Amino acid sequence: MSTYRNLVFGGLLSGVFICAALISFLWVPYDIEALNIAERMRTPTAAHPLGTDHFGRDILSMVMIGARTSIAVALVAVGIGMGLGVPLGLAAAANKGSILDELIGRGNDLVFAFPSLLIAILITATFGPSAVNAIIAIGIFNIPVFARLTRGSALSLWKREFIMAARVSGKNSLRISVEHILPNLANLLIVQGTIQFSLAILAEAALSYVGLGAQPPTPSWGRMLADSQTMISLAPHLALAPGLAIVFTVLGLNLLGDGLRDIFDPRLRRGRS
Amino acid sequence: MKLKTLTSAIALTLAGGVAQAETGLIVGIQLEPPHLDPTSAAAGAIDQVLYSNVFEGLTRFGPDGSVNPGLAESWEISEDGLTYTFKLRDGVTFHDGTAMDASDVVFSLDRARAEDSANAQKALFGGIESVEAVDPNTVRVTLSAANGSFLFNMAWGDAVIVATESIENIKTDPVGTGAFKFSNWVQGDQIELVRNEDYWGTPASLETATFKFISDPTAAFAAMMAEDVDVFYSYPAPENLPQFEADSRFEVLVGSSEGETILSTNNLMEPFTDVRVRKAVAHAIDRQAIIDGAMFGLGTPIGTHFAPHNPDYVDLTANSQYDPDLARSLLAEAGYADGFTTTLKLPPPSYARRGGEIIASQLRAVGIQTEISNLEWAQWLEQVFRGKDFGLTIVSHTEPFDIGIYARPDYYFQYDNPDFQTLIEDLTAETDPATRSEMIATAQTIISNDYVNGYLFQLAVPTVVKAGVEGIWPDAPTQAIDLTAVSWSK
Repeated sequence: MSTYRNLVFGGLLSGVFICAALISFLWVPYDIEALNIAERMRTPTAAHPLGTDHFGRDILSMVMIGARTSIAVALVAVGIGMGLGVPLGLAAAANKGSILDELIGRGNDLVFAFPSLLIAILITATFGPSAVNAIIAIGIFNIPVFARLTRGSALSLWKREFIMAARVSGKNSLRISVEHILPNLANLLIVQGTIQFSLAILAEAALSYVGLGAQPPTPSWGRMLADSQTMISLAPHLALAPGLAIVFTVLGLNLLGDGLRDIFDPRLRRGRS
Repeated sequence: MKLKTLTSAIALTLAGGVAQAETGLIVGIQLEPPHLDPTSAAAGAIDQVLYSNVFEGLTRFGPDGSVNPGLAESWEISEDGLTYTFKLRDGVTFHDGTAMDASDVVFSLDRARAEDSANAQKALFGGIESVEAVDPNTVRVTLSAANGSFLFNMAWGDAVIVATESIENIKTDPVGTGAFKFSNWVQGDQIELVRNEDYWGTPASLETATFKFISDPTAAFAAMMAEDVDVFYSYPAPENLPQFEADSRFEVLVGSSEGETILSTNNLMEPFTDVRVRKAVAHAIDRQAIIDGAMFGLGTPIGTHFAPHNPDYVDLTANSQYDPDLARSLLAEAGYADGFTTTLKLPPPSYARRGGEIIASQLRAVGIQTEISNLEWAQWLEQVFRGKDFGLTIVSHTEPFDIGIYARPDYYFQYDNPDFQTLIEDLTAETDPATRSEMIATAQTIISNDYVNGYLFQLAVPTVVKAGVEGIWPDAPTQAIDLTAVSWSK
């Protein structure tokens, strides 16, 4: 049991927020688009388990729908990163030393050379703040992460005997990459994907915090934090709810990633315990 | 001069216990001026820093908005109201040592009203036919038509007197006649002024005055609490005010301002061309909810574009009282029973950002969908003010007596009503106070009945002041932070 502690704990923690996001599609306690100024900044009660915000909206409902925004943005962004990064990495590894490999490698360096959040701010500030632009900005920075990981791991696989065998049997490098290399990288990519997912949630929160993520009235954890900033001494629960939601989701996903790696890579686990 | 220094030195010694007398003041403001020429830009921050501190006009505003003598110590108005003869004060010099005389006044006014003038309020000088120097201390201004508000116009920050000798570098090195001299500008951080020892009038009590730019409300709160700034003018987060009030280190002044906060409507954009739609928007808005929700109760509801503290104000809020059912039926009548979608572009202040979310929710309740976009000031000026690319926006018009903007069809909300334009023209020429009051009331009623914009509330100006600072203007009759009479009580 204790070997799966990270996995179970992380899975539960992130599961709670993923479930909250899913449930919010069907039901939330209150309509968050109807403001109720008279009921604003109430501390938690039975009717409003997390209290109400400065417009009298139910914070629990806001956090639930906010989870939807965060998770959707992060999911699509990581999807972009994986969808483009993995093929690029496979192509680079299959053509090691070629012009293509160099281009992809230097392209990765180029993107890595910029502080990711600054460029994300630049992109959203240029093309206008919106959830879609936030997704694109975060997604672009996930591409080199996956491209490098894929290339590095694929290179070592290319030297293995079973790849030799596949070559001898006449398969071209595209087929080898898809049929033999990719399946052997799956574990690695899932672990990395989980970690990137948590980073993307953080990035989305940061962008929304500076006003460049999803625009009101769509709730988002980052903007909830920014909105409640000046009221922190007046009504701390306004900042605590979205703040803790970010912390727990990111923590949960990181633990989940660790747990998955322990399972997929037993050598590491033994080494540590 | 020497004697004065000596006496103040003695006074300081006598004060005994006070080891370090406070001689400087640090004022926090939200926005940094783009440059330092009040006569060539609309940015309020320029006047906030410089008006009557560094630059002075022929007349000047008092703390209550009254028009007092400035560089002109007196004036005579001819029978027909067409000729103003200003007598200038003796011995006034600019900070660079050059004398301020009639030729500078002629230069300043001619520059402001010139064809290629960059003045943001050219209308102030519109009626001037000629400006001539009679002798070094006398200036005669001839108007083409009598203008009841000419002396008021001359008190604006846009009408300050500048010198021919120093006009070249005015944007970075302003040279005026005021009680403070410009000393240093650390871009992005602060502007420092020092006392003008050769001031013609009562010298300032403060030796130095520093304006610090703090745009973020959270940083403003931290700076005030840490006592890094002594005064925060137009404090941006009304929710923090009770905390300052409860703290004996601070005092909160809530003053009236000239800021009519309105839901500006693009009168040339479908469907706002239809007065019924604009009326529906007006009735869909619950002003009190906006004042409570966005401003934490600070602000006075208005029903037209006029300041409620002005004696000529007409309360027209009943004209657009909160009535969502009426709004829905008006929309149906105008052919928008299913509502429509428009844009709502919001500049940074919290009245706009928070007010925008509340208005969006109220409009949604009657079927009008809004796409909110939050803009920085530069983007707002570009897209909304100059580009006129918007459906709705929220902004506070802080210039005093600015109902005349409704007579400018090219102004960003693009209201074009010839009757109103004639009325404003006549009003400018009218000098009889009673008739003027009547005309001003008519003007207010016309724009209210035409539902040109959604009239929300008069912005209150909260200023947080450290205990011991005296003489800060509580109200904001113009865009100014006049420090000439500010002192520390000890």
